[in-house]
Amino acid sequence: MEWSSVLSGAIEQGIGPSAIIYCLAAIGLNIHFGYTGLLNFGQAAFMMVGGYALGSLIQTWGWPLFPSLIVGLLMAVVLALVLGVPTLRLRADYLAIATIAAAEAIRQVLGSAALNDEFGGQDGRYGFVDGMRSLNFIPSGGVHFLGLDFRSYDFFIMIVGWTLALLLCGFVYLLMRSPWGRVLKSIREDEDAVRSLGKNVYSYKMQALVLGGVIGALAGIMSGLATSNVAPSDFATDTTFFTYTVLLIGGAARVFGPVAGALIFWFFISGLDLFFDKMTSGANPTIPESIMTDDQASLMRLIFLGLILMLIMIYRPQGIFGDRRELAIDAH
Amino acid sequence: MPTDTQPSSDTQSTTSDSILVADGVTRKFGGLTAVDVEHFEIQRGKITALIGPNGAGKTTFFNLLTGFDEPDSGEWTFNGQSLHGVPPYKVARKGMVRTFQLTKVLSRLKVIENMRLGATGQRGEKFLPSLFRGLWSAQEKENTDRAMDLLARFKLDAKADDFAGSLSGGQRKLLEMARALMVDPELIMLDEPMAGVNPALKQSLLGHVKSLRDEGRTVLFVEHDMDMVRDISDWVVVMAQGKIVAEGPPDTVMANQAVIDAYLGAHHDAALTHETEEEILAAAEAELEAEAEAEENS
Repeated sequence: MEWSSVLSGAIEQGIGPSAIIYCLAAIGLNIHFGYTGLLNFGQAAFMMVGGYALGSLIQTWGWPLFPSLIVGLLMAVVLALVLGVPTLRLRADYLAIATIAAAEAIRQVLGSAALNDEFGGQDGRYGFVDGMRSLNFIPSGGVHFLGLDFRSYDFFIMIVGWTLALLLCGFVYLLMRSPWGRVLKSIREDEDAVRSLGKNVYSYKMQALVLGGVIGALAGIMSGLATSNVAPSDFATDTTFFTYTVLLIGGAARVFGPVAGALIFWFFISGLDLFFDKMTSGANPTIPESIMTDDQASLMRLIFLGLILMLIMIYRPQGIFGDRRELAIDAH
Repeated sequence: MPTDTQPSSDTQSTTSDSILVADGVTRKFGGLTAVDVEHFEIQRGKITALIGPNGAGKTTFFNLLTGFDEPDSGEWTFNGQSLHGVPPYKVARKGMVRTFQLTKVLSRLKVIENMRLGATGQRGEKFLPSLFRGLWSAQEKENTDRAMDLLARFKLDAKADDFAGSLSGGQRKLLEMARALMVDPELIMLDEPMAGVNPALKQSLLGHVKSLRDEGRTVLFVEHDMDMVRDISDWVVVMAQGKIVAEGPPDTVMANQAVIDAYLGAHHDAALTHETEEEILAAAEAELEAEAEAEENS
């Protein structure tokens, strides 16, 4: 294993399917949190209903790809309405509580043994991507350039995923430069002021929750398609918090924040992983076993990730694309 | 509290041109009755001041009228339409727009964006049309022109492209007033527009309030400083402890004993007369003597 393989491995992950999934999830969360100020701590739930609708409709009920995909997006709309109707009239914290609880509840239900036949318990659903594979136009030998290697299907997912991400960025850009986006941003600043000017705040918050949720479901669907598997462990609470991390690294309320955040996050997390793996592997490791074993090395990435996050929060709290002057303004 | 200017006195009867009429509006917070207003009217095209000491329930009453809070009982109408249970945003659309005591500017939006938000009936505020600039750009331009005119009137035009959060307290008050005007309200309700504003700016704010009336709008404003009120208001309503204790033209109301009592408290700060001073002294001396006696006896 060469040192350059650490770098190329990190880059492969940095632009690979995982980064796409978190990028999409963060684009949705950016609409919730970045623009509208909705504290959604259950983005994983939106991803989960999307991914599971796709996986179970195809594997359990034998549906074709595209109708399952549409149903997956519709399920996110339903979830947004169920979460939003009771909580969006209340203070911001209620949405946070409701979403984090709902995310975990949905995960427990979909992973339960009682629904094993429908949703496959803890194994989830798998092997439902034949429809997607049949669309793959990349040569079966995979793609190799600049020392990077991608398998054929992975590269296909990357092309589809990044195209989707860029289209969504364009979509968000168009929305947020419009008067509609202005209302969302104003709600983030002070919703009573917006009410006093004759805008139906509740309706706008609901629209934002639905839109961001549908994009979250799209992330879940991409996750299912990329790994050919949806399982409860893919959509745990830390998925939501990684998504927040991605968003904050890139800069909240910035169109390209989620893209930059996802690239950087996955570059570092897999780069650190590969680095420590290399340092502790082999017969005569660079870091002796008395200091660190290779089991412990796999945890180092989280420690360093935490450190990097702290440094970003201290020295660049506005994220990569953020505007520091804007952040300096007191909210009230 | 008997006064010569009772609420709903003959000078302002229901048959005259009232833009807003409220009857029997009460609001309780636990055991405290914050607002208990039997009758309240605002004359169209006039400046009405709602005054009263701190804690009189002015802001709560304001919140009730604008739908930001729900009363325990009562009915009120705006242009003859009942506003009971109408949410705040619909109240604003009917032409009754308020500002806030603690200014609510949208800090991380530019001043001009704050203004544009106020414009009503924007096509670009609907989800799908918002994607196509062609559908709303003409309207946006009109709104921007109107916003710049208003900003110029309030001397904020130089600040149009600054973040609203960078404005001073007084400028925020001005911005809030200008933004409310973007809605083009019939009745504009200002909650303590002069609070925390320096004296020079106060004068200019007073001028702005007058100019609102001169362009045909009705103004209701809350204030606890009586002197501010005297100059500009056509009608003054005084609240104390949740009730309306007096109303009338400014000069009459200011001279009203009930108002002075409500304001200063019946014995707050009152200058001591010679007799009361002697009484207090005598009482204190008697107390001292009693103490001295008690000590001797022990």
